[in-house]
Parts: sequence; structure tokens; C-alpha cells
Amino acid sequence: MSATAAMVERPPPRTRGWPRPRIVGYALVCLWIAFGLGIVSYLFFAWNPAFFAKYAPAYLRGLGVTLSLVAISMVLGAVLSMPVAYGRMSRNRILSGLAYCYVYFFRGTPLLVQTFLVYYGLGSFRPELQMIGLWDFFKDAFNCGVFAFALNTAAYQAEILRGAIESVPRGQWEGAASLGLHKLQTLRKIVLPQALIVALRPYGNELILMVKASAIVAIITVYDLMGNAKLAFANSFDIQAYIWVALVYLVMVELLRHAIEWIERRITIHLKR
Amino acid sequence: MRIALRIALAASAALLTLGVAQAQEKTLRIGTEGAYPPFNNLTSDGKLVGFDIDIAQALCDQMKVKCTFVAQDWDGIIPALQAGKFDAIVASMSITPERKEKVDFTHKYYNTPSALAVPKDSTLKGVTKEDLAGKTIGVATTTTHFNYASKTYTDSTVKGYPSSPEEQADLANGRLDAIEDDIVVLQQWLDSPDGACCKILGQPSPQPVEIFGPGAGIAVRKGETDLVNKLNEAIDAIRANGKYKEINDKYFKFDVFGAES
Repeated sequence: MSATAAMVERPPPRTRGWPRPRIVGYALVCLWIAFGLGIVSYLFFAWNPAFFAKYAPAYLRGLGVTLSLVAISMVLGAVLSMPVAYGRMSRNRILSGLAYCYVYFFRGTPLLVQTFLVYYGLGSFRPELQMIGLWDFFKDAFNCGVFAFALNTAAYQAEILRGAIESVPRGQWEGAASLGLHKLQTLRKIVLPQALIVALRPYGNELILMVKASAIVAIITVYDLMGNAKLAFANSFDIQAYIWVALVYLVMVELLRHAIEWIERRITIHLKR
Repeated sequence: MRIALRIALAASAALLTLGVAQAQEKTLRIGTEGAYPPFNNLTSDGKLVGFDIDIAQALCDQMKVKCTFVAQDWDGIIPALQAGKFDAIVASMSITPERKEKVDFTHKYYNTPSALAVPKDSTLKGVTKEDLAGKTIGVATTTTHFNYASKTYTDSTVKGYPSSPEEQADLANGRLDAIEDDIVVLQQWLDSPDGACCKILGQPSPQPVEIFGPGAGIAVRKGETDLVNKLNEAIDAIRANGKYKEINDKYFKFDVFGAES
């Protein structure tokens, strides 16, 4: 470790003066700052207390729907991702083939299409669904959204889990076996604790993607955050409706990002020198 | 150097599009939805057809301007007009006070009532608030029907859909107890194989003019009075010379214009 550390070169000293990349960089940053100030000043001048008073409660209700949708789908997806990840790593041809097809389909098609297939597609199989008693579940738009989102995120989470587990060197499995540890014990006590550190970032990304993707349910009549924003816009024709909703999503994503960074700092403390 | 070249290229491209835009000023671009048969609909090969399209074409012929059509989702149709993506909306848009704050309207070019449709085996008897208490009603959002339903049926669940075909699909598969829409649009759907499940329940009454407005008009950007006047003259002209009746009879068995105003 120390031998490699000694070989690391110093970064080159900062160039002086105003080379062209620096000028372009500063110009671009100024442009973005100007855009940001523009939006802030727009919100300041367009600040409409009546709009806020009228629609803020609806936005809050929508936020609740969005959060519960994402939370339920993420948890269900995590549960479902375990057998899929197992299938992906299995030596059984049929099992790994099935798991591969599942992941291939759900990662290869847009979530919007999957949501439509569940909501309107299953809707046309009502008599069959009623026969097996599942119609009451699929009648509700929120349930359809959770169903589609859980299936989708399970495919992504399975790949995250598989990648993380495979990132732990094979030697550790062999070492554990030589100590007489059972495979499940090895997984639980040796491999997973290391794998989950690797998996944390991708899991965080998946969660953030889900928060943003959840806006899709607004078009299958779920009044989530986006659905309420659409409604507010429909009633007021005021573009503020969408600016506010964008800000709420932005704050949510930023909070999640910081939370994930905090967790990462905590669980990698033993790796820092 | 390369950056300078790129900027120059971008600038010339912008100038070019500006030039093209100026050359096109003689043509009138008309925005419509394309999911509201028989008034406007996109055929499977991507053509816009329907009563709105034929009326708009007749008005353009009357005004002796060339017209092009643009299909636009209903939710964003007024912002798209304001952003200059087209110059007029001919999309069965009801003239309402809220919309009048954002756009200018011509006189109406037709007026048909709102109605409710239900499955054929529905036990619903009437269309009052009490009849529909506890039921789920589907309506397309950003429409007069939606405003009426959410103000009137306060004891029911009102679900908003992006356009009429989605609400019709959900009535057919049993997610909804009723849908509210224009009676002509409902009838067209009920006459098709997809609508075989359902029937018209009735028309809400009264249909207050402050919600439904005096009928469907053509929307243009605020302050374009010249265009409004020209369109109004053209509407009167095609009403007078029989062109309106010809188009009307192509689609409907009755006069959709409603009472003379």
C-alpha cells in the first residue's frame, strides 16, 4: 500500500493567467449563475400568495402519495430482487435464463410503457382477473403504479446486488469454506457486508431515479406530486405550478443525495487512513 | 478558433430559421389535439381529420390563407399557442372566463351539451350529485367537463385523464362508474365497437354558462384582434354560404351550431 502511495505524482501546478479553457469555464459558470438568478427573480416577482394558499395543501398531499409510492415500490423491489439476483448468478441454465430475460425486459423498455401495460393492458383482461380475484387490486391506479414500479426497480436492484456480490473476490468464499463456514453464513457474515458498501451508491442512484420517475403515475390518474401540479396548472394556466413542483423534486433529490453521502462516510470509516 | 467557428455556425443557423419563419408568415398554423373524435382525431397514418379540421380548412379558404395543422396534447395547448408554436387553436375549445384571461376567442363555431355515459348494466338512475354520491367519475382534465364535475359531484371521486380515449377505456374495463364528456364525442364512441359496453345516462341540467361557456371558439394569442375579426367574418361567411352546413352534415345528423347568438 505504502509503496504505491509513494509512486503517486504530485498534480501539476495550477496554470497562471487566463488560458482559453479558463475563460470559457468562467463564462459558462457566469451564464448558469445568470440563469439561476433569472429563475429566482422570476419566482420573487411572480410570487403569488393566493396561488400558494390555494395549491400548497394539494402539493403536500401529492408529496405524501409520491413518497409512499416510492417507498413501497423500493421495498417490494428489494425483496423481489433477491431471487432474481440469485437466478442471475445461478449455474442452472433455466433459472439464469429466466432471470436474464426478466432483467432484460424491464431494463430494456421504458417505465412509461411498463406502467401503461399494467394499467390499461391488464384493464382489458378484467373478466379473467375477476375470476382469480385480482381485479380489486388492479382496479386501483395507485396499486397498478406500485406493481409496475416494483417490477421495474427489482430488475435494476437485482443487477446492483449481483454486481456487488461478484465484486467480492472469490478467494473469500474459498477461505470461508476452508474454515468450515456454510455458504449462507459466508454470504451473510463475510460477503454481504463488503458487497453492500459497493452497492450503496448504485442503490442511492436507483432511489433518486425512482423519485423522479414516479412522476409518470400522474398520467394513470394518480394524484401524486406531479398529478397535483398538472391539476394546479390546468386550473390556473400559471407556469409557476411546474416551477414549484420542480423545486420540490430538486429538494427531495438533494436531501437523498446528502443522506447517502452521510451513510457512505459512516460505513467506510474503517477504509479511510 | 474552433469555438469561434461553432458560434458563427450556430448564429447563421439561427438567422436562417428566422428567415424561414418570416417567409412562412403568410401561412396560418393551426393547433389541434387529435384525440377528440369526431371533432379532431389522428388517423392511424398520422393525418388529422374531423369537424374541427374541416371547419378550420373552410375558414382558411374563406380568408384565402394557406393553413398548416399541428397536433398538440390538450394539457399544453394554450402554453404552446403562447409560445408561438401555432397561431390559432381550433380544437373544440370552450370559451370560458379562465381561458379568456390567457387568450382571445372568436365567436363560437359550435355548441353541444355535456353528458354522462355509464356501463349498460349500471344501476345509476340519474345525473344529480345525489345519484352519483360515492361513485367514481372519469373526466379529461383541463376541460369544462372536468371543472363541472369537480364543482358539482363533490361527494364522488373525480379522476382526471389526459384525454377522452383513456377515460373511455377505463369506463369499459370497469374502473369507473361514469364518465362525463361532450355528448357528440360520447355518442361517436358508443357507436363504435369499443363503446358497445356502455350507454348515455343523461345530460346534467342546468349546464351553467359560466362553467361551460357559450360554446367552442377559436383561440388566438392575446391582442391579435385583427385575426379574431377575420376569423369571425369567415365563420359568418361559411354559415351564410352553406359551407358550414355541408361540413356539419358530413359528421352529424343535427345542427351542432346551437342557438344563434
